[in-house]
Amino acid sequence: MSTAPDSQPAAQPAPVLGARGPAGRRRATAGLLIGAVLVGLVVLTALVSFVWTPYDPLQVDSTARLLGPSGEHLLGTDKFGRDTVSQLMLGARTTLFVGFIAVGLAAVVGIPLGVFASMSTSWLGAAVMRANDLLLAFPALLLAIMFGAVFGASTLTAMVAIGIATIPAFARIARSGALQVLSTEYVLAARAAGRRRVGIAVRHVLPNISGLLIVQASVSFAIAVLAEAALSFLGFGTRPPTPSWGRMLQESQEFLYLTPRLALVPGIAIAVAVLGFNLLGDGLRDRFDPKLEDR
Amino acid sequence: MTVQQHLRKADPRDHRGANRDVVLTVDGLDVATRRLPLLTDVSFRLTRGERVGLIGESGSGKSLTALALMGLLPEGVHAEGSVRLAGADHDLVGASEKQMSWVRGRRMSMVFQEPMTALNPVMRVGKQVEEGMLLHRTQDSRPAARAAALDLLARVRLPDPASAARAYPHQLSGGQRQRVMLAMALANDPEVLVCDEPTTALDVTVQAQMLELILEASVERDAAMLFITHDLPVVATVCQRLLVMYGGRIVESGTVEQVLTRPRHPYTRGLLAASDLELVDEAGRLRTIPGTVPAAGQFPDGCVFRNRCDHEVDRCTTFPPWAGQQEHGFACWNPTGEDVRA
Repeated sequence: MSTAPDSQPAAQPAPVLGARGPAGRRRATAGLLIGAVLVGLVVLTALVSFVWTPYDPLQVDSTARLLGPSGEHLLGTDKFGRDTVSQLMLGARTTLFVGFIAVGLAAVVGIPLGVFASMSTSWLGAAVMRANDLLLAFPALLLAIMFGAVFGASTLTAMVAIGIATIPAFARIARSGALQVLSTEYVLAARAAGRRRVGIAVRHVLPNISGLLIVQASVSFAIAVLAEAALSFLGFGTRPPTPSWGRMLQESQEFLYLTPRLALVPGIAIAVAVLGFNLLGDGLRDRFDPKLEDR
Repeated sequence: MTVQQHLRKADPRDHRGANRDVVLTVDGLDVATRRLPLLTDVSFRLTRGERVGLIGESGSGKSLTALALMGLLPEGVHAEGSVRLAGADHDLVGASEKQMSWVRGRRMSMVFQEPMTALNPVMRVGKQVEEGMLLHRTQDSRPAARAAALDLLARVRLPDPASAARAYPHQLSGGQRQRVMLAMALANDPEVLVCDEPTTALDVTVQAQMLELILEASVERDAAMLFITHDLPVVATVCQRLLVMYGGRIVESGTVEQVLTRPRHPYTRGLLAASDLELVDEAGRLRTIPGTVPAAGQFPDGCVFRNRCDHEVDRCTTFPPWAGQQEHGFACWNPTGEDVRA
C-alpha cells in the first residue's frame, strides 16, 4: 500500500518520548512545541480554506492538466487541471472534520462508559469492559470497510466507523484514570461530605483525568487522520468531488512515475498532520503524566 | 452476658425519654470481611456537645470505626449491629447510599488525617467549601454559599480568607489545608464530628493551633465529637471521655481522668507507660508494649490482648465480659489496680 511512507513519520516520536532525564524533558518540550506548530498549521490552512483558496478546488480545466509548479499554480495541477494547493487546503478541512467528529464520538461514548465501569460494583461494569475488549479486537480499518459496505461509502460512515473503533481507547484510559482517582482520599472526603456517585464522577473524577483524556484525544486524532486517508484511498471514505488527502493520493497513483509530485504533496500533508498530532500528544503526555515525570 | 445486656442493666439513664441528649448510639457494631472479623461488639454513645477520644495503636480498628459510622466502609467490608443517629428514622447500618448521603456532611461529618490528599487538587478550596453547603441546600444560592465559605475560612483563622478561597490546594501549606478540611466539615453545622487523627500529619506548633480550633468549633456548635488519635497528650487536652480500642474491640472506657490516672486494662496501662517519656525499664530504655499489633484475623482467641499481656491468667482464653458501666468500665479478667468486680 502506498500509504506506507506516511506511516513512517508516525513512528518517529517514539524516541522523543523514550528520552528520559533532563535532556529528555527538554526534547519532549521541544516536541510539544513542534507538534503544536504543525497542528496549528493544518488548522490554519483548513480555516483559511473557508474564506479563500487560490482557485476553486473543484474547477476542472482541461487546458491546464498535470502542470508543474509555477507562479500561477504553486504546486501544479492534477489530471483534471484542478489546482493542487486549493485541493490540499480543502483536504485539510475534510481531514480535521473527520478527526473531530470521530474523536468526539469516541470521547462522548467512551469516557462515560469507562468512568461508569470504574464506579460500577455490579456485573454491568465488568460487562462493559469485556464488550470494550471485544471491540478493541476489531481493526479500525476493517470495521470502516464493513460499515462502508453496509451503509455505503461516505465521509459520514468513515467518521462513525473510525469513531466507534476509537471508543475502546477512551473507555480504557478513562477507566484506569478514574480507578486511580476513586482510590484517593479526596473522593472519600467528598463521599463523607454527602456527594453521591454522579456528583463524584462529574466534579472529582472528570476534572482529574482531563489531562489523560486530552493526551488520548490528541493521539487518537492522529490515528483518525491516517485512517481517513487510508479509507479515502481505498474508496471507502470521502466521495468525489470533495477533496481529501487520501483520495488525492489515490488519484495520483496512475501518474506515479510521470509526476510523483502529485503523490508527494498529499503524502507530506498527511505525514505533517499525523506527526503534529503525535508530537502534541506525546508532549502533553510528558507534561500531564506523573508517572513519566517521576523517572 | 453481652455488653448490651450489661448496659441495659447498668446504665441508670437508659430509660425511655431520659436520654434525649444522646446524639449517636452505637450498639454491638461488628465489622467484618467475608472471612475476617475486624471490629467486634463496639458500643458507645455520644451525647450532645460531648468530646470522646478513641485511642489505640495503629491497626486497632480506630479509623475503621470512623468509616463504619459514616457508612464509608471499603468494598467487601460490611457492618452489622446498630448505629442510631438521634432524629434519623433509620439505622445507619444498612442504610442506602441515598439515605446516607443526606446524613453525611449534614448531620455527621468527618475530618481526615491527611490534609495533603484529602482535597481535590484541581478545585479551588473556596469552591470545595461551598460545595457541601450547596449540596445539602443549607445555602440556597452560589453567592450566599460563597459568602458563607469565606466566613468559615475566616473562622478557622486562615490568613486572608479571600485569597485562600481562590487558591488551589497545592498552593496552601499542610496546616492551612487542614483548616480548609475543618471548614468543610463544619460547613453544615453537623451534630456529630468525627476527627480521624486530624493533627497527626501536622507539625507540633500547628497541631496546637489546630486542636484549639477543633475544640472551639465543637464547643461553639455543641457538636458531639469522636476524636481518633494515638497521641495521649492530645486526647487529654481535647476530650472529656475516652474509649480505648485494641484488636477491634473497646477494651476500656471512662472519663479522661479515670482512664489516664487509674487505668484498669493492662493494654491501657501499657499505652500510658509507653507514652511516658520519663518511665524507663532496668536497662534504661523507654517502656513499650511487647510485641506488635497482629494483623486482622491473627488476634488470639479469647482476650485479644492476651498474647502481649503480662497479666494473663487461665481465664483469658475466653473473652472477658464487660465490667462496670458503658461510660466507665473495662474488659479484662485480671485488671490492674483496684478491682471493681469484687
